[in-house]
Amino acid sequence: MKMQLLVFLCLLVSATGFTQDQQEEAKKDTTKLEEVLIVSRRKFSNHRQEKTLSSIDDYLEKSNNVTMIKRGNYAWEPTVNNMVSQRLVVTIDGMQIFGACTDKMDPITSYVDVSNLDKVTIGSGQEGTENGHCVGGGIDLQLPTSKFNGSGLKSSIDLGYETNGNYKATGLDLEYAGNKFFISADGIFRTSDNYDAGNNKEVLYSQFEKYNLSLQTGYKFSETQSLDANIIYDKATDVGYPALPMDVSLAEALISSLTHHYTPENKALKTLETKLYFNTITHIMDDTKRPIVPIRMDMPGWSDTYGFYSKADVIKDKHHVSLNLNGFYNKSLAEMTMFSNNPNEPDMFMYTWPDIRTRYTGIFAKDAYYLNDNSSLESSVRFGLHNNRIAKEEGVESLGIFHDNVEDTKDRTLLSVASAYKYNKNNYKLSFGLGYGERAPSVSEGYGFFIFNSFDNYDYIGNPNLKDEKALEANFSFNQKFNDFEIGLQSSYFYIMDYIIGDLAPNVSSMTIGANGVRVYNALNHASIFDIYLNSSYKISERLSVNGTIGYNYGKGSNNKNLPLIKPFSYFAEFNYNTSKFNAALQLEGNGNQSNFSSLYGENETASYAILNLNLGHAFYGKNGKTILKYGIENILDANYSTYADWNNIPRQGRNFYVNLSYVFP
Amino acid sequence: MKLKYLLPIVCFTLFFSCSTDDNDDTMLINEVENLQLIKTIENGDQSIELYNEKGMFETGYNMISLRIKDNNTNTYVEDATISWMPVMQMPTMQHSCPKSEITKAIGKDTVYQGFIIYQMTFEDGSGWSLTLDYTINDVDYSVTETINVMQYENQNTASFMGSDDSRYIVALIAPKAPSIAINNMKVGLFKMENMMTFPVVEDYTIALDPRMPGMGNHSSPNNTDLTYNSADHFYYGNLSLTMTGYWKLNLKLLDASGTVLKGEDVTENNESSSLYLDLEF
Repeated sequence: MKMQLLVFLCLLVSATGFTQDQQEEAKKDTTKLEEVLIVSRRKFSNHRQEKTLSSIDDYLEKSNNVTMIKRGNYAWEPTVNNMVSQRLVVTIDGMQIFGACTDKMDPITSYVDVSNLDKVTIGSGQEGTENGHCVGGGIDLQLPTSKFNGSGLKSSIDLGYETNGNYKATGLDLEYAGNKFFISADGIFRTSDNYDAGNNKEVLYSQFEKYNLSLQTGYKFSETQSLDANIIYDKATDVGYPALPMDVSLAEALISSLTHHYTPENKALKTLETKLYFNTITHIMDDTKRPIVPIRMDMPGWSDTYGFYSKADVIKDKHHVSLNLNGFYNKSLAEMTMFSNNPNEPDMFMYTWPDIRTRYTGIFAKDAYYLNDNSSLESSVRFGLHNNRIAKEEGVESLGIFHDNVEDTKDRTLLSVASAYKYNKNNYKLSFGLGYGERAPSVSEGYGFFIFNSFDNYDYIGNPNLKDEKALEANFSFNQKFNDFEIGLQSSYFYIMDYIIGDLAPNVSSMTIGANGVRVYNALNHASIFDIYLNSSYKISERLSVNGTIGYNYGKGSNNKNLPLIKPFSYFAEFNYNTSKFNAALQLEGNGNQSNFSSLYGENETASYAILNLNLGHAFYGKNGKTILKYGIENILDANYSTYADWNNIPRQGRNFYVNLSYVFP
Repeated sequence: MKLKYLLPIVCFTLFFSCSTDDNDDTMLINEVENLQLIKTIENGDQSIELYNEKGMFETGYNMISLRIKDNNTNTYVEDATISWMPVMQMPTMQHSCPKSEITKAIGKDTVYQGFIIYQMTFEDGSGWSLTLDYTINDVDYSVTETINVMQYENQNTASFMGSDDSRYIVALIAPKAPSIAINNMKVGLFKMENMMTFPVVEDYTIALDPRMPGMGNHSSPNNTDLTYNSADHFYYGNLSLTMTGYWKLNLKLLDASGTVLKGEDVTENNESSSLYLDLEF
C-alpha cells in the first residue's frame, strides 16, 4: 500500500509539472480536440433520436463498433470491437460500477436510463482507458454537467407506447437552475409484456418492469468552485430472460456521487474535477416463474463499490494534457441455493463469487500535442495497481478443488499505452494509432465457481492464477468529403495475448443438471480480432440524404478456432428526409450469414437477415411549449429472425408500431 | 505513586493464590472439557464415566473418553488398565463390533480413550450392552451394563459381504465438519473374523466416487481412492465436495491384488454402488 502511494505521488508530482501559465493559442486547440480521440460522442438531451424514449441499449446499438448481446428484451450487454463486458471498462461518469449477476444479466448500462445521462463516450481499444484498463474499449455514460445558467424552472413529460409487447414508458423531468444553485429530478417508468417475434410468435419470459429515479443538485461557491451531488435509484422487477433458464425478480441499484469542480480562470489548469462515489447493487435471480425446472434455485448477488477520481485538464503551449488519478474498492458476492426435490435432503448451497474484494489505484495521463494546424499526436498512458482478495475462506477452499495453488490475494500491475497520429484538413481526416493494454481477469474469470453459461451449456470455474490479458492494437480511420458525398473507412486490429477463455475440464461432471460439462478459465496463447467498416453518405438535396455502412469482423484464436460472438458481415442503409419540423427515415438493416461461427463455444450458424424500419417525427412549437411526436414501424415485414448476438438464438421482435410523445413546458 | 507499583503485585499475588487453591479441581474439569457425559456406570467402589462430543452413542464411529472415579476418595484413577467388549443381543445370537484398545489420552492424567463402531442398532436404541474389564492396583474388576445406541441419521457405516465370502465393516470417521473443498477423508475398514473379533483390514483400496443424487447425480473432480495408512491403521483419501447438501459416497472395495470385493462403478445406468456411505452438510 505504501509502495502504491509512493508511485502515485511521484507520478502526480511529475505530472503537475505541466501546471503552468496558459498561452493564448492553446485555447484554440481545445476545440480541435473535440471528437478526435473519441469514436463517438453523442448528446442525449436533444430530441433527435428516432425515439425520444429509446433505452440506452437501443441508443448504444446505433454506434458502429457497439453491438448489444441480447438475453431477452431487457439489460442488453454491450460489446465493443466484438469484445464483451470483461474486456471493456464501462463506467458511469467515471465511476466504476460492477454488475452483481454472475450470468451477466445486469450490465451496468441496465442501471441507468437515458433520462439520467447527458452523453455517452465510446473509446475504441486503448482509447477507452481514461477510467480503467481494458482491451476492447471503454464506454462512459456521462451524467449532465451542473447548470448555473439561471434558466429557472423547466419541466417536460414523455409518453411512449409500442404495440409489440404492450410496452409503455413514462418519463417526467423537473429542473430548476439559478445562478448559484440548481436542482433537477427525473423519473422514468417502463413496462412490457412478452413481446412477439415475427409471425406473432410470443416469446415467453420476455417481460420486464423498471423504474428509475434520479436527483441532482449543485451549489456554486464562487466563480471557480462548485459542488454537485447526484443520486440515481434504479429498480427492475419481474424481468424475464427467455434465453436463460432463470429470470430476475429484483435488480436494484443505488448510485451516488459527490463532485467538486474547480475551474480557475486564466491558468494552464483548465479544470480540476474530484469525485467521491459509492454504489450498491442487489440482483436476485430466481426461477419461480418457470413451471418446469430440474431443481429450484435462487441466485442472489451483491456488488458494492467505493471509489474516487480526480481529473485535471491542462493546456500549455501546444500540449493539452488530461490527467486522471482514480481508485476503487469493490466487493462482489454471489451465492446459489438449490432447493432439494427430496424433502429429506437438505438444501444445497455454494458461493458462486466467494466475496471477492478488488482494490485498484491508477493514474492516467494523456497528452495531445499539436504538431501544426492540421495534425496532432496524441499519446496516453495508464498505470495501475490491482489487487484481488478472496474474503471468504470457503472461496479459497472451494477453488482449491480445481487448482493446486490458490492464494487468497493476488497483486497485478497493469499498463496501458497508446499513441495516435491524427491529420485533419478541410474535407480530409486521417488517423492512425497503435496501442498496448493489459487487463486483469474479471471476478467470474478469476474466482467464479460453477457459473452456468447457457450459451455453450457448460459450468465455468474461475482460475485465480490467470495471467493478465494483453493486447497489441492498431487502428486506422480516414474520411473524405467530396461536395455532397462523404466516404469513410475505419478499422482496428487486436492481437491479444493470453486471451482468457474457458478450457474444457475433461472428466469433471457439471453441477447444473443437463449441462455438457465443466470449463475452467484458462488462456489461449493468442487471438486476433479484426474489424473494418465502410461508411458513406450522400446528400441528394437539402432535405434528402442517404447513408450506408457495411462492416466485416473476424476473430480467431491460436487454436485455429473461431472466437465466439464475432459479428458477421453487416450492412445498414438509411434514407433520410429532414425539415425543421418533420423528419422521416427508412432504414434497411441486416447481417450476412454467420459462417465463421464458433461451435466450440456453443454457437451455430445464424442465418442472414434483413429488416426494414420506418421512423417519422414531427415537432410542433407553440406558445404553450414544444411538442415532439415520434412514431414509426420497426421490422415492417414482420421478419422472424435472430442475430449472432442473440443468446441461444432467441428471436427478436417482430413488427412493432411505436409512438413517443414529448412535451416540453414553456 | 506507590500504589501504582503496588497494585499489579497485589493483583498478581491474589490471582496466584486463588489459582493454587483450585488447582486440582480445575484440572479435573478441564480433562473432559467440550465433552458430554454419555453415561455413568456404577460398579461398587468405582463409577465409570463415559463421554463423547454428543453425549450419546450413535451407529457408526464413536470416539469415547472414559474415566474411573474412586467413590471412596472422590478422585479419578490414573493408572488403570481397561478393556471393553460391546455386545449386541440379537434374537438368535449375539455379536460384537469393531473397536480399538483403550489407552490413556495423550497429555491427560485421568482420561482414557478408544473408539467403538456400532454397525447397527434396534430402532428404539436398545440391544447393546458394554462390558468393561479393568485393573486397578492389581485388582481386577468387571461390569456389564446395557447402553443405548441411537441410529445416526445417515449411513455413516456399512456392513457387507464381500465376494470373498467375508463380512466387512466400513465406517466414515472424517470429515466430521465437511466444507466445500477437498476434504481429507478417513475411513476405518474391518473384517468380521467371527462374531466377536473384528480385526483391521490392511493394504486394501477403497475406490471413491462421491455423487449428488439430488442434482442429476453429478460427481466432483480430483477425488482420490482411499489407501491404507499403516501408522494409524485407517484409510485416507481426498474427498472433494463442490457444494453443501446430501452426498452419496459411492465406494468400491478392492483387495491387495486389485480384485473387487464389493461395489460397482457409477454409470448412466447404474445410479449408485451397492457399497456407499452418506454425508450431509
